[in-house]
Amino acid sequence: MANNDTNIDQYRRRFLERSTAVLAAGVIAPGVFLHTVANARPADEAVTSKVRWGMLVDSGKCKTGCDKCVKACEVENGLTRTGRPEIDAQWIRKVTLKNKQTGHTTSLPMLCQHCAEPPCVDVCPTGASFKRADGIVLVDKHICIGCRYCMMACPYKARSFIHEDITDQKAHAPRGKGTVESCTFCVHRVDKGQSPACVSACDEGAMVFGDMNDPQSEISQRLREVQSMEIRGDLGLNLGVRYQGI
Amino acid sequence: MPGVRIMMRVAVLLFLVTPVWAGTPVPEIPKGKGQQCVEDTAMMRTNHMEFILHQRDDTMHRGIRTKKHSLKECIECHAVKGDDGMPVSVESPKHFCSVCHRYAAVSIDCFQCHNSKPEIKLTGDRNGQ
Repeated sequence: MANNDTNIDQYRRRFLERSTAVLAAGVIAPGVFLHTVANARPADEAVTSKVRWGMLVDSGKCKTGCDKCVKACEVENGLTRTGRPEIDAQWIRKVTLKNKQTGHTTSLPMLCQHCAEPPCVDVCPTGASFKRADGIVLVDKHICIGCRYCMMACPYKARSFIHEDITDQKAHAPRGKGTVESCTFCVHRVDKGQSPACVSACDEGAMVFGDMNDPQSEISQRLREVQSMEIRGDLGLNLGVRYQGI
Repeated sequence: MPGVRIMMRVAVLLFLVTPVWAGTPVPEIPKGKGQQCVEDTAMMRTNHMEFILHQRDDTMHRGIRTKKHSLKECIECHAVKGDDGMPVSVESPKHFCSVCHRYAAVSIDCFQCHNSKPEIKLTGDRNGQ
């Protein structure tokens, strides 16, 4: 009898060991698979809503007076100066917040928030303003008529209108007079599995970019661990850019 | 725009017919890199705008970045060098696109936003304003 029991125990142990291994593989494998898809999507494959690109900005690490992200954006996307700053395109800018009572200042980069419910898309009369399946909000300049409704609708002043002729654009970032444009999350880099230029340029490590739908991604883990917020979260737009420490 | 398409087809037809008429000026089409274009030459002459249009929507909206019908690749292969050895822009009558489009009087607005020259390392003020 005792011998019989031992046999059963051994059998149970083996069964449990095997099933745990199978379970573990089942749990890890989809994560690994998702990660691979997110980083190296083949060029002939369309984007899907399985991925949602997002960014977390740690304002505690963002230095006042540092504008490396802004400079990197200008170089990457070929944003040139017209000589009249008031009409220059701004895809990302540095903003300083000051608490009037305490005098405490916070510095942070402000860019298109890549809303899940983008007001710019809602108001666009031609369908030029659109959200890609992976959450990146873009302007299709082939369809844009330059009416600038989106600029009025955007709560973050993220969009710019191009007033003058542009030449020698970057091949990956076509831009021209009479259309509206904004941060593309460096979509051409993201499609190659790279991070946006601003994120790569930030030496302070204040910006994290990744797939918010992948629980294993760095951004998802950080969002789980730290307290973050959406600017004008009261609008319920479900933003792709989150801020920590404001 | 079917009107433009018809005009293009007429223009293409003219290319094919014109050598018969002696003395009629025909555009001298610059040769691209490599042996063969991504499609048959006659096919490209008639349908290049359709290919580019299709690719444009695929890339813009669906993130498909295949090179076959991409405008960027057209520009790379069909770059024409000017007297200074640098690729010329669409403003020049020597530019691959300009050669036919000027001849056929079909204006294109691709290059209001897209660069008509292949990407090279640029220095200084790139705005040209």
